[in-house]
Amino acid sequence: MTVTTQAAIRIDGVSRTFVSKRGETVQALDHISFDVDEGEFVSIVGPSGCGKSTLLKIIAGLIPPSAGQVLIGGQPVAGPRSDIGFVFQQPVLLPWRTVKANVMLPVEVLKLDRRDGERRAADLLETVGLSNFANHYPMELSGGMQQRVGIARALVHDPVLLLMDEPFGALDAMTREHMTLELLSIWRAFRKTVLFVTHSIAEAVFLADRVVTMTARPGRVAEVVTIDLPRPRDLALMNTPEFGRYVSHIRALLNARGGLD
Amino acid sequence: MASRSLVEQPGRAASQRQSMLRHRPEIVLVPAIFILIVAAWELLVKLLAVPIYILPSPTEIWRAFRDGLVSGTLVEHTLVTLQEVLVGFAVGSAAGLVVGVLVTRFRLVERTVYPYVVAFQTVPKVALAPLIVTWFGFGMLSKVVTTALIAFFPLLVNVIAGLQSVDQDRIDLLRSVNASEWQIFRMVRFPSALPFIFAGLDVAIVFSVIGAIVSEFVGARAGLGYLIQVNNYNLNVSGTFAVLVVLSVMGLTLHLVVQAVNRRVVFWQRDDRGSVVGA
Ligand SMILES: Nc1ncnc2c1ncn2[C@@H]1O[C@H](COP(=O)(O)OP(=O)(O)O)[C@@H](O)[C@H]1O
Ligand SMILES: [Mg+2]
Repeated sequence: MTVTTQAAIRIDGVSRTFVSKRGETVQALDHISFDVDEGEFVSIVGPSGCGKSTLLKIIAGLIPPSAGQVLIGGQPVAGPRSDIGFVFQQPVLLPWRTVKANVMLPVEVLKLDRRDGERRAADLLETVGLSNFANHYPMELSGGMQQRVGIARALVHDPVLLLMDEPFGALDAMTREHMTLELLSIWRAFRKTVLFVTHSIAEAVFLADRVVTMTARPGRVAEVVTIDLPRPRDLALMNTPEFGRYVSHIRALLNARGGLD
Repeated sequence: MASRSLVEQPGRAASQRQSMLRHRPEIVLVPAIFILIVAAWELLVKLLAVPIYILPSPTEIWRAFRDGLVSGTLVEHTLVTLQEVLVGFAVGSAAGLVVGVLVTRFRLVERTVYPYVVAFQTVPKVALAPLIVTWFGFGMLSKVVTTALIAFFPLLVNVIAGLQSVDQDRIDLLRSVNASEWQIFRMVRFPSALPFIFAGLDVAIVFSVIGAIVSEFVGARAGLGYLIQVNNYNLNVSGTFAVLVVLSVMGLTLHLVVQAVNRRVVFWQRDDRGSVVGA
């Protein structure tokens, strides 16, 4: 057995160009490269329109890159995969399915063992604190609860990688803070590799082992900032000078190249 | 329920009734207006001594209606028309559904077939009724064909609109776990399009009644359209009005049935979504 430390995910010179309806070409991503280690929590921050969603979709195999490639576990991504969990900005629950049936969706699509899936779904609903709502419909749930269902769904098929695209962007500040803490405890429990897109610098720093800071269009990596803060973390961390230094450093990076939003 | 109303104090029940009136005055106003109109009609016809072959009074219409029921002719012709409507509606909307799915699923179908469909859509379908009677005869078949043709388009247009307006995130969600096209269709596209499909069904069922009647006007041996013509020929205007009553009740009932099924099936949709009619 060869002992090579291999990145869980390698993003290798990924570029993406779109052709708009008026025929103009828009370069969304320009030679993005970085690695993510097994079990690592990596945040991506950058101004809106810098290609963060595009990058996640390329990693998930939903759209192809114009150049470069993504490797997951050493294998190039060639199309949609069955080992990724995706959490969107909106909860994207199917309103005709109960909470439990929504969480079971990946199990059904991937034709996994139903009994196992149901057990995992029940565990996950327990973890996100929604056991009592398993048989409710999404419209009976608050925005924060719906997003927690979305997170449970993204984990039910035991993916190797969790991709989260501004998952708390649509929530109010209080719920958002609460969900951030909850996500940390979920991550502690499941130890997935996570790529977390946000436009909140504080959120990015608070959650991550490293923060990939991107510049405005065309999206480039300005710097990958390693967050050397102790875990487990709680909200008090946000008041420490170290935390503040990371936040101002990343803000300076973003401001230097066009600013955030 | 019954035991509760027994216990309830009369004062409270009365005040409940009052607040009901304040919030939904139509419950009283709609029947009140109906009674008012019927009474005015009756009165005017009597006062002005309008001849029965011009405008019969409500009592005379009621008499014709009752006679039709007792003799069985009204029932017999109603059943014929109802059958035409239901079969034509079923065939037409099923075809509209299938073609709509094919048009959105296959680029080639969209490019080759859809232009013809759009062109044909501008033709008033009732204008084809005489041709269809020539081709398919005076019996039930020509009525079913005309009805199906008319029911086809509202379904087609709404199915296409519904399938094309599916939230891209829902599709990405399914694709993110490597779902097949068929799984995406079955689990997301089709259920997402249901509100539109029901909007189409609702239009189609009302159009179906029109289709059957027009086709019977053109040439038939039975049905409510046929009965209207016979009555008109015999200057039996009360009889014609009696048929019109039956037709309104039929149309309204079918519409309410579609709405009830809609509410049950698309239970997650509280408000009415925009529909694309497409006659
Ligand atoms: N399907 C598409 N067609 C054309 N342009 C697109 C498409 N998707 C994204 N873009 C463009 O690419 C850029 C990056 O978009 P996106 O990845 O959504 O950015 P972000 O998520 O960082 O806000 C934007 O300018 C956007 O308009
Ligand atoms: Mg985005």
